[in-house]
Amino acid sequence: MSTATTDTLPHSPDHGLVAEKSALGLTRPDHSKSFWVDWLTTVDHKKIGIMYGAAALFFFVVGGIEALIIRAQLAVPENDLISAQLYNQLFTMHGTTMIFLAVMPLSAAFFNYLVPLQIGARDVAFPRLNSFSLWTFMAGAIVLNASWFFQVMQYMGSEAFNLKSGTVTLTDIVPAVGWFGYAPLSSELYSGIGGDFWIISLQILGVASIAASLNFIVTIINMRAPGMKMMRMPVFTWMTLVTAFLIILAFPAITIALAELMFDRNFGTNFFRVSQGGQPILWQHLFWVFGHPEVYILILPAMGIVSEILPTFSRKPLFGYPIVIFSGAVIGFLGFAVWSHHMFTTGLGKIATAAFSLLTMAIAVPTGVKIFNWIGTLWGGRIKLTAPMIFALGFVWMFMMGGFSGIMHSSAPADAQQQDSYFVVAHFHYVLIGGSVLALIGGIYFWLPKVYGKMWTGALSNWVAGTIVVGLNITFFPMHFLGLLGMPRRTHTYLAVNEWGAMNMVCTIGAFILAMGILLFLIDIYLCVTKGKPAGNDPWDGRTLEWAISSPPKHYNFAAVPKIPARDCWFAHKYGSAKQKIGWQKEDHGIHMPSQSWWPLFASCGFLILGIAFPIKHAGVPYMGWLAILGLTILVFGIIMWSLEGPGGYHLHPEEEDGEDSKPAPTGSGAPVSEEVHR
Amino acid sequence: MSDAAALSNSHDDHGHGHGHIDHTATSTGIENKKLIMWLFLASDCMFFGTLISTHLIYRKVYPDGPVDPTVVFNIPLTSFSTFILLMSSFLMALAVSAMHKGELKSFRNNVLGVVFFGIIFLTCQVFEFTEFVYGKHDADGNLVWEGFTLSTGTFGSTFFVLTGTHGTHVAIGVLWLIGLYFYSFTGRMEHDIHGSAMDVEVAGLYWHFVDIVWIVIFTAIYLVEFINFT
Repeated sequence: MSTATTDTLPHSPDHGLVAEKSALGLTRPDHSKSFWVDWLTTVDHKKIGIMYGAAALFFFVVGGIEALIIRAQLAVPENDLISAQLYNQLFTMHGTTMIFLAVMPLSAAFFNYLVPLQIGARDVAFPRLNSFSLWTFMAGAIVLNASWFFQVMQYMGSEAFNLKSGTVTLTDIVPAVGWFGYAPLSSELYSGIGGDFWIISLQILGVASIAASLNFIVTIINMRAPGMKMMRMPVFTWMTLVTAFLIILAFPAITIALAELMFDRNFGTNFFRVSQGGQPILWQHLFWVFGHPEVYILILPAMGIVSEILPTFSRKPLFGYPIVIFSGAVIGFLGFAVWSHHMFTTGLGKIATAAFSLLTMAIAVPTGVKIFNWIGTLWGGRIKLTAPMIFALGFVWMFMMGGFSGIMHSSAPADAQQQDSYFVVAHFHYVLIGGSVLALIGGIYFWLPKVYGKMWTGALSNWVAGTIVVGLNITFFPMHFLGLLGMPRRTHTYLAVNEWGAMNMVCTIGAFILAMGILLFLIDIYLCVTKGKPAGNDPWDGRTLEWAISSPPKHYNFAAVPKIPARDCWFAHKYGSAKQKIGWQKEDHGIHMPSQSWWPLFASCGFLILGIAFPIKHAGVPYMGWLAILGLTILVFGIIMWSLEGPGGYHLHPEEEDGEDSKPAPTGSGAPVSEEVHR
Repeated sequence: MSDAAALSNSHDDHGHGHGHIDHTATSTGIENKKLIMWLFLASDCMFFGTLISTHLIYRKVYPDGPVDPTVVFNIPLTSFSTFILLMSSFLMALAVSAMHKGELKSFRNNVLGVVFFGIIFLTCQVFEFTEFVYGKHDADGNLVWEGFTLSTGTFGSTFFVLTGTHGTHVAIGVLWLIGLYFYSFTGRMEHDIHGSAMDVEVAGLYWHFVDIVWIVIFTAIYLVEFINFT
């Protein structure tokens, strides 16, 4: 029962307005008719979310291609398709790309797009900081992958970009230290400037993640619409909150670890230098203090998405809403207390090993609670097998498979056998692809009609889901056996006498089936945006606030401030009693919109320059130290100008209304009245 | 700006303007800027926590490293700079209070005091670092103890990186406050006393935090070395 109408007002109703001057006397880039100016300076959380999503899908494909080359190399024993060195670079870049440039930003895309809509806010608390997070993420992503550019130039013998002119012999320009960068293998003795590319890009990405997370915590705590109590918030928003807390508390550990490694490599310190008393085990502790919460950073948003999709297509409220949220928070909390289960074989001592083993088993409890609550949600529901639902159901099953092998790892003696074997590879790909990626793709199927305003054609979605799930199982299930048979992780090749060839061939075939599934998915997106029919405001009969407004939402989100009477407020509004209607309160002064700004982008460019200059300075290229300082200056100058220009803003007076109260907007009624305000 | 406007004018990046009433109050009543600073400080705790743990772990692993902290640490000097930093927090509190009352002149004086004290602290640290690097000589130019650098064992690495990170925090705070000092002459603060007081208060939160971290460092890195456990 979708009663709200798609309105016909132009999407950018404020054309023809004259942009005001900022406090610096510069013209703000508001109301620009240029596509580029509009998107580069945007502070709109929806546009920022779309850019995060597009970049994440791009890097997902890049990381996927890297994985396919790895699988092609491993398809047959004693293969020499690629060199061992390139193989190391590929698995390093595959892991780093998939975690930091694909899954995290895709989650960030959902945070950005959905959280303000789900809590009834006009934007995030700090719109320009949000823009800064996006561009800083882009800078970090470009820096990491710039290493490929320099390596290719080196290989081709380019004069202009040949880093050999320096004093350092260059071996690894692309990082080859693994996504975990274990010291001392990541020290300058054993890795080339790829180590520097890896360090500086992760530092930049860390800045982006922490800035974005601070912003989201403030947004969720402080920007909720009237009546949107914490325990009325959608579960996705709750999981965003937990994830953001994990990010701000876990990233500092890796930031310091990376800084220490950077000092070791560049400034002669001895944090991890064994000959001078440095202890490599310290790196493992610092890395996994970050690294274990990181895996919950990757999975909790996915759990939030699934907790939105399952109730929608079961037409039931989420079973045990408070306990699902509580379990999410407990997972986040315990996530900080289990890092040493990555280090059972390092000889921690019996007490520590037993304690971390028990705590790891304890994490299965809140996770199990969630899975039973999802099953409870399905139980007795009127289940509709739409595309998002198929992915959500796939998530529950596949994530459980990964969870089972996870419980096997929690037992320290068993883990001693599985450590560094393909069994571990199987485990975390089940939770990352079967878990995070399935849920994120399900989320795209669920929310793209809202984002783009068009409905899926339905021609391909079952094929997409089928191919991905089948491909993922063919790829990763045999890896359990390979691991138990003794095949080590990160091995460039293996001997024919080991008899791992057949199963590896199956894995490789599965990987290409999985890649086909992803390709079909991208084609399905293309079909949706080109051939899809208008989706309307509420194509799935949704439960949460974002379905109350037009698809795509107006750039001001809500024409009037919603007053939230209940949990699952849009569903209650549609089917509940008169008391449960959402109250729409028009504001007398109009809607306050934040001004756009060039400065966040400008400041992030400083990170880009710094990030590229720093590693190639280590290669001995002249003047790069000065270029790094220039980058830092641009960053600081950008932030100063950003704070001096003032936030600005303007007011809009839209004429149409949201939700059920909306009337079809009269065509040609023109733009909403808009006025410029202050500064 | 009326009081009512000032109270509700908390929608930070969405701005606070001249005579414009921003109607969007926050859900908790805590201003966004203040909340984000508290959260940043929580994150910063983890940064310093990691650095301090690194130092303490290596001190435990190598109790007899190349450097004897009880010989090289200059406790009178560090106590003096600690006291100065504590007093700067007092002046910072006065500056915040002055800004809340809209007393710009008092605000400027107090902020200059904080900046001055911050610079004294940094000078002490530069002096200390210089002595540590070059070593101590007596009046006749004989070496009393040898200097140490970033590359001296693990002690040099962890000590300099930890205290250097703290010094960088102080330096950023000093630059921030100098910025606020000059900003107070632009005439924009008078137009929005509430918003400006929030800006100053956020800088103050940062300053107090950096101060508290120093108390922890002074205790855990300097003073604890002098406890005789035997």
